[in-house]
Amino acid sequence: MAFYSTNEFKSGLKVIIDNDPYVILENEFVKPGKGQAFNRVKFRNLKTGRIIERTMKSGESLAAADVVEKEMQYLYNDGERWHFMVTETYEQYEINKSVVGNSAVWLKEQDICMITLWNDLPLTVTPPNFVVLKIVETDPGLKGDTSGGGGKPATLETGAVVRVPLFVQIGELIKVDTRTGEYVSRAKE
Amino acid sequence: MQKNKEWRPNANLVNLNLRAKMLAEIRTFFQERNILEVETPLMCTSAATDPYLKPISIVSLQREALEEQKFYLQTSPEFAMKRLLAAGSGPIYQICKAFRDGEVGRLHNPEFTILEWYRPGFDHHDLMDEVETFLGTILGTPNAERLTYEAVFTRLLGFNPHHASLQQLKDCAVSEGISIATDVANTLTIDDWLDLLMTHSIEPHLGFECPVMIYDYPASKAALAKIRPGKPEVAERFEVYIQGIELANGYHELTDPEIQLARFEDDCRMRETLGYLPIPIDLFLVEALKAGLPTSAGVALGVDRLLMLKHGTYEIQDVVAFTIDRV
Repeated sequence: MAFYSTNEFKSGLKVIIDNDPYVILENEFVKPGKGQAFNRVKFRNLKTGRIIERTMKSGESLAAADVVEKEMQYLYNDGERWHFMVTETYEQYEINKSVVGNSAVWLKEQDICMITLWNDLPLTVTPPNFVVLKIVETDPGLKGDTSGGGGKPATLETGAVVRVPLFVQIGELIKVDTRTGEYVSRAKE
Repeated sequence: MQKNKEWRPNANLVNLNLRAKMLAEIRTFFQERNILEVETPLMCTSAATDPYLKPISIVSLQREALEEQKFYLQTSPEFAMKRLLAAGSGPIYQICKAFRDGEVGRLHNPEFTILEWYRPGFDHHDLMDEVETFLGTILGTPNAERLTYEAVFTRLLGFNPHHASLQQLKDCAVSEGISIATDVANTLTIDDWLDLLMTHSIEPHLGFECPVMIYDYPASKAALAKIRPGKPEVAERFEVYIQGIELANGYHELTDPEIQLARFEDDCRMRETLGYLPIPIDLFLVEALKAGLPTSAGVALGVDRLLMLKHGTYEIQDVVAFTIDRV
């Protein structure tokens, strides 16, 4: 197994701490004028997203985590598992609900997502930054109101609920930013 | 073929111009005080034995075939400059490169520029006065606040570092929110904990209104400073902080050859205990001390950091033409 010493730490490096995979966010080398040097390191847990800060003695090592990101096409879900495919190789992955997590409401069949794999096991599913989804439920609102002020909740085909302007109606397609969960614009098929 | 080699400098040309200008100002400062500029070898057959410094060793390709002759790139020009003092040079200064392996970060590059000066007849307080004037001249900073090591711990962390127990230090680190793996924490000594608290909970708060000079360190942190007897005994050493950055380290210099040799030997034993590679002791320095080093004070100051402070840049990469990732 490969190890990284604190000397090699830099942001983006993937390591194992307490049997969990982490990515290094920040690494600061601190040393008093004379004496023991330390590294103050910020890590993000790749399973939970939680950010932790650890102080390490300079020269300490951590095991490298075999973490890769792969683009995959979302195929369908069977209620229990979400099915994805690497389009070049047709290799398929089944991903549990717990891993898909909050991303589930942004997954539209055939969209290309980014899947993080640790030892070939899926860790996270990142949907495209923008998705186009159909409104399945929203208040009719007032016809002719184009002010855009206020807004109203709308339920999308995937179950996501976003705030949309009053003039947007059931059956229309809208573009949503998945990073913020915000309405961007109306969209065409 | 190697890919994506970044050939361009880190620092922009404006900052490189400012560097040249500041170096000229530094030289003027010393010239006006009749302090002699000297140059000493960067490549020597011995190096600092300090267990927490990692010198870089080099081998001449010609000599490699004949005999093993190793040189060390100097972690500071201290030893050679003291040999000049012992030879009667009078006050001297030097601006040169120094090398410390593995030190990479926002404030560190393994190859960096150091300014070191020595004042025969001075003690550490006299030299703190001169450093204060120097900083006023180069950075325009006001007079410094001077605090003992004990006072700064008492003020910021509420305990006396000279009498702190291992448990007290651990508890303090916990309450300061410092998270360190248990197996590593168990290997730390009292000195290590003090260093940990100094770097994490004290340094970041020092020197925002005026430079702060910390002096009279625990004897265990004497390095090459004289130890003054008393209760507790303290090392006549000082450090200078500006805007949370450690800028300089000075000593009322140790002049006793026996004690110097004993400290070198202690360092070597500690290196062995820690499993670090041995470093040959500088016997030239020991001989020079035997011949007689005048009572003096000396200080080493990070020139790259000085430039960062002068022009308010965030990291060392902003003021160094090519940092370690581009060499």
